[in-house]
Amino acid sequence: MAASSDLNIDHVAQLARLALTPREKAEFSQQLAEVLHHSEQLGKADVSMIEPTAHAFPIFNIWGGDEPRPGLPVEQALQNAPQQRLNMVVVPRVVE
Amino acid sequence: MRSEPFFHTIAELAALLDAGKLSSVELTKAVVARTKAVDARVKAFNSYDEDDALAQAAASDARRSTGQVRGLLEGIPVGLKDVISVANQPLTASSRMLANFISPYDATVTQRLKRAGAVLWGRLNLDEFAMGSSTENSAFGPTHNPWDLSRVPGGSSGGSAAALAAGEAVATLGSDTGGSIRQPAALCGVVGLKPSYGLVSRYGLIAFASSLDQIGPLTRTVEDASIMLGVIAGHDPFDSTSCQTEVPDYRAALAEKRGPWRIGIPQEYFGEGLDPEVGAAVEQAIAFYRSRQCVIKEVSLPHTQYCLDTYYIIATAEASSNLARYDGIRYGHRTAEAVDVGELYCKSRAEGFGAEVKRRIILGTYVLSSGYYDAYYLRAQKVRTLIRRDFLNAYQDVDALLTPTSPVPAFTLGEKTNPLAMYLCDIYTIGANLAGLPAISVPCGFTGGGLPIGLQLIGQPFREAELLPIAHCYEQAHDWHTAHPKL
Repeated sequence: MAASSDLNIDHVAQLARLALTPREKAEFSQQLAEVLHHSEQLGKADVSMIEPTAHAFPIFNIWGGDEPRPGLPVEQALQNAPQQRLNMVVVPRVVE
Repeated sequence: MRSEPFFHTIAELAALLDAGKLSSVELTKAVVARTKAVDARVKAFNSYDEDDALAQAAASDARRSTGQVRGLLEGIPVGLKDVISVANQPLTASSRMLANFISPYDATVTQRLKRAGAVLWGRLNLDEFAMGSSTENSAFGPTHNPWDLSRVPGGSSGGSAAALAAGEAVATLGSDTGGSIRQPAALCGVVGLKPSYGLVSRYGLIAFASSLDQIGPLTRTVEDASIMLGVIAGHDPFDSTSCQTEVPDYRAALAEKRGPWRIGIPQEYFGEGLDPEVGAAVEQAIAFYRSRQCVIKEVSLPHTQYCLDTYYIIATAEASSNLARYDGIRYGHRTAEAVDVGELYCKSRAEGFGAEVKRRIILGTYVLSSGYYDAYYLRAQKVRTLIRRDFLNAYQDVDALLTPTSPVPAFTLGEKTNPLAMYLCDIYTIGANLAGLPAISVPCGFTGGGLPIGLQLIGQPFREAELLPIAHCYEQAHDWHTAHPKL
């Protein structure tokens, strides 16, 4: 297991696209170090030759028929958009 | 028979409605009046729509008068945790992120409740995005335990459990990722059932940890849980993890299956950290089953010590991925202070999410990040295999496992400030989620201080029809479930 002090809060917050305050950074670093320290005991489990479990029951690919069916009307799909214009979501300029 | 209609069971109310001794409008009005009388103290609801509920009740009465009863829930007010979509109603997940969100469509369980004639009643409080064990993480304030208003109702489905215990609904739906139905059910003195993973569709449920989440009922009795499960269970093409499995008549199974059963007691669940009063109540339940000629067998689930860490790595990893969708673009909170799209993501999420959600996103992002994935996430998935095997091995000798639901009764609001201490509340419930098993919490007594205690029975995959009768047998021989809090 990696050492719990490895958690670089600035890097992880950037990966998670979360703007944290200095206070949150300090608090989470300390609390999560404790949680990660607790989890180090997982290193004691013998997992050699053990397959990972992603779901409790084996699930295979589920295929759907390639058939058109009604979806959400545009007004409903956009009803929760923070900003919209001409049936589109408005966002800050992405490309200069 | 309980005196007030809002404390009756579904089964009792269905009989009264059938006999014409009560109308759905009368019943719904009684539930609404009760909610108005007590919810300022309990705070179980994020919102409710009285006019809409009464209109549904009137429509139900009209159907009944013309012989078009839809099903067992016809006219019964059922509350929904505020992570389950109801078309044109709010859906907040108790988060500022979704404070103004309106569901564009129904969850599959909502559709099924409607098809069974239920009156959908209110949006119930929870820990934000179902992350917590006390309902204190709600952005709209904590729910209070109806048995002692200074204490938590458990969580994350604390609103669902408290509303039911307080008579503000006849039954409710919750969701359970690590114990979020069973633990609040135990702390509020009601029945809570987490079905097998894949039995109930997750379509329209706000995702927390997709390989663990299941919707399930909270009810006054095991019989009511059987009725509710029969309505919501079954394959759904809109959920690719929903199983093609037969849905038996769970209620009929209660009368048909009377034991005796082989019941396993996992020794790892009775160690350090278990409150003595909880332990004593559960021991008495074991003695009851023994008195009913059940074979009581001590079993071992040797990887139990790894459950908590495995759970918090897998659940936070999945949560960090699922909650990436809340970026302030298409729906949810958007910051007013961003100059570019990158800043818009970071600030919208910072303003929209509460502390526990941020903490879990950070942890989940970390355990999935380059260089740490194998050490944490992949290893946790492998340990999950071992945990699941432990359970399946135990079921070679026993029909069900019996444990406490929660190591402690309801604790005081604000008592647990350390995240790890809060995570330990789930120690007995997360195994069933990791292994995908059905599990039910049933009231099994009270502490000296009058706080409810819950007993957990964990069954075999998709054998709810075998598990529910075991719980029913205990419940019917006791009267814990007939007690109500004084509010």
